[in-house]
Amino acid sequence: MTTDIATTRTITYRQALNETLRAELEHDEKVFLIGEEIGVFEGSYKITAGLLEAFGPDRVLDAPIAEEGFVGAALGAAMLGMRPVVEIMTINFSLIAIDQIVNHAAKMRSMFAGQVSIPLVIRMPGGGGQQLAATHSQNLEVWYAHIPGLKVVAPSTPADAKALLTAAIRDDDPVIFLENLSLYSAKGEVPDGEQIAEIGKAAVVKPGTDLTIVSYSRGTTTALEVARQLEAEGLSIEVVDLRSLRPLDRDTICASVQKTGHAVVFEDDWLSYGIGAEISATIGEGVFDFLDAPVRRVAAAEVPLPYAKSLERAALPSSADLARVVREVLNLAPVSSASIDN
Amino acid sequence: MPDVIMPRLSDTMEEGELSRWIKQVGDEIHKGDVLAEIETDKATMDLEAFDNGILEQLLVVTGALVPIGAPVARIGDGSNIVADGAEPAAPAATPAPAVPATTPDASAPAPSAPAPSGTSDPATSATPTGELRTSPLARKIGREHGIDLHSIVGTGPQGRITRTDVDAAIADRETGTPTPTPTSAPAAQPETGAAAQSATAPGATATSATPSSGATPGGPRTATDSVAVPVSRIRAVTARRLTESQAVPHFFLTRIVDVERLVAFRTEVNASLTALGTKVSLNDLFVRASAMTLRAHPAVNASWGAGVILRHPHVNVGVAVATDDGLLVPVVVDADQKSLSAIATETRALAGLARSGNLSLAQMSGGTFSISNLGMFDIDSFTAVLNPPEAGILAIGAAKDVPAVRAGALVTVPMVTMTLTADHRVLDGAVAAAFLRDLAILLEDPLRIVL
Repeated sequence: MTTDIATTRTITYRQALNETLRAELEHDEKVFLIGEEIGVFEGSYKITAGLLEAFGPDRVLDAPIAEEGFVGAALGAAMLGMRPVVEIMTINFSLIAIDQIVNHAAKMRSMFAGQVSIPLVIRMPGGGGQQLAATHSQNLEVWYAHIPGLKVVAPSTPADAKALLTAAIRDDDPVIFLENLSLYSAKGEVPDGEQIAEIGKAAVVKPGTDLTIVSYSRGTTTALEVARQLEAEGLSIEVVDLRSLRPLDRDTICASVQKTGHAVVFEDDWLSYGIGAEISATIGEGVFDFLDAPVRRVAAAEVPLPYAKSLERAALPSSADLARVVREVLNLAPVSSASIDN
Repeated sequence: MPDVIMPRLSDTMEEGELSRWIKQVGDEIHKGDVLAEIETDKATMDLEAFDNGILEQLLVVTGALVPIGAPVARIGDGSNIVADGAEPAAPAATPAPAVPATTPDASAPAPSAPAPSGTSDPATSATPTGELRTSPLARKIGREHGIDLHSIVGTGPQGRITRTDVDAAIADRETGTPTPTPTSAPAAQPETGAAAQSATAPGATATSATPSSGATPGGPRTATDSVAVPVSRIRAVTARRLTESQAVPHFFLTRIVDVERLVAFRTEVNASLTALGTKVSLNDLFVRASAMTLRAHPAVNASWGAGVILRHPHVNVGVAVATDDGLLVPVVVDADQKSLSAIATETRALAGLARSGNLSLAQMSGGTFSISNLGMFDIDSFTAVLNPPEAGILAIGAAKDVPAVRAGALVTVPMVTMTLTADHRVLDGAVAAAFLRDLAILLEDPLRIVL
């Protein structure tokens, strides 16, 4: 991050995004916003509140319900030098636009030998837990994190939402900006003034010596909660917030596990082929000799997410799941069981 | 068909000794048949078949210590029988090889490595996983410090050797303490001479098993004429558990109890029980009194559980029993709910089972408090070592006649000295003292013990 961090304010993740969009619209006239219901309705999650009124319909464009169309339009504008910021209502709807994202946005610069760059940002929230059922509750970020030519960032705090969104808008490559439905109302301290994160850098958000939890987005908040809870029991847990899924900051992950010897990945996506699989492989390849236990992953149950509240809750990875697996990795007795092994 | 593997037969089991093969190569096996007897850290149990077929190959010899999950035998359709002519018991002096006999790189010369058969497919002649289960970090630290991991028993999941275990082995080497658990004693180890260092511990030490550190300064030194006595599983486990127990911060409280009325009460009770053929010992009275006092002091009927204190709903009192093979602690479950005669009968039966080696795992599990009584050896008083995870153990000495003034006259009164060892993580001194005080009051007013 750059510039002064002398003063901070406690605001929501939503407000941090809103203020950053406003600041970037002011900072660069090439920046414009496009998406469904982001203008008059101010966005399904009110991220764009007040922006149509402030910047007018040339800078804040309401698009028809046609993701492939407006992502393609933004892509074309980016090729001609504009800096579009697209809002897709949720990551689930990005599947309609995936050909524009994967086959065009990600590849233009390489296929045309650098003659064009694609300064495109696609903002979209993922995440379950809102009883939006199977098709509207997915965590598909790994689909994009898999694609060379894209950058994928996933802020977990209001401060990172600001610094990473600013960085994404000013980046000359296409950036998938992953938000999370359950984080929008989360509050945190945000430094005033211009803040630009370095894309591709993870953060050790809590230092520790016994075990590393690697997570991102909403998962980081759960990881911190579990780490603090276990700290009360005398365990020292380090939490690494990835912040960027591509590029992946393998050095920070490996440095942490080299220190702790134990790692658990906490991810909201499904287990198989998920973010945790990549992190586990990174740790195995990077610091095999420092591992004192197998890397474990805590992820969503491998089912289409149920609508029923009780089933939805059971399918999503919880803080209790994470705490249990951390204990297993550290070979500690489970807390809930009062059995005597004598 | 999957190999028959060493099952996990108890929570604390890390490996099992294949004490006897009941089926032989070529035998027809039906699901549920008992293939072998396994001696765990707790008891001797049956190894049952989960498949039908022909027993084609025994992968470990009698007496082998086999880690959980490692294959011990192969059941197939009979087309791959590996003739295993000699299946001799391991030499008597051998505590047990640490690895299945067919492991080619085992430090132990395999007494009965099966000859490669004509039908060998690569899988069957390959090492049947006698490999050590270790973490990469443990291997790295072991390399850096010249520790042979074969000399260590892992305490991690499924017996994995982890950093903690290697660090402990390094610390032991530095302080000259032999590693407390047996593993890689060479099969043909002589009973005297170079191997004598294992006399002080059940098995090889870290130092002796480490090729690169033969001259480690500070390593264990023992007289060359010491005799290495092989130890039973019970002794090996006792050694390890008690060593672990010493890491528990503990303290002792001692109290002398007037047992004049207790002794008289016992005589009276036994007179009335003669018809039933039951006899109550002083120890039974201590078990019953302790159980009642534990019920009134739930803080004592508890364990340290990695950051929390576990309070136990049942009062299960373990009674230390000396056997030829070592110390066993059968458990009287719900001792606070049982009558004195029931406790007497049950304790006697359990002690008999313990001495004959027939105590089941269940009968040794779940204790929440223990009592050790050396009164029959005329010991005045002693301190007992905690039996983890229990938070307390009561050491009871012999009743001794002590001079006392009663109604102005000098008389002798029988007194017993009892010493409580307490886990300080679970109990503070005042809590433990209150428990001991109430126990003493109960013992001095014995009628209340049966109320």
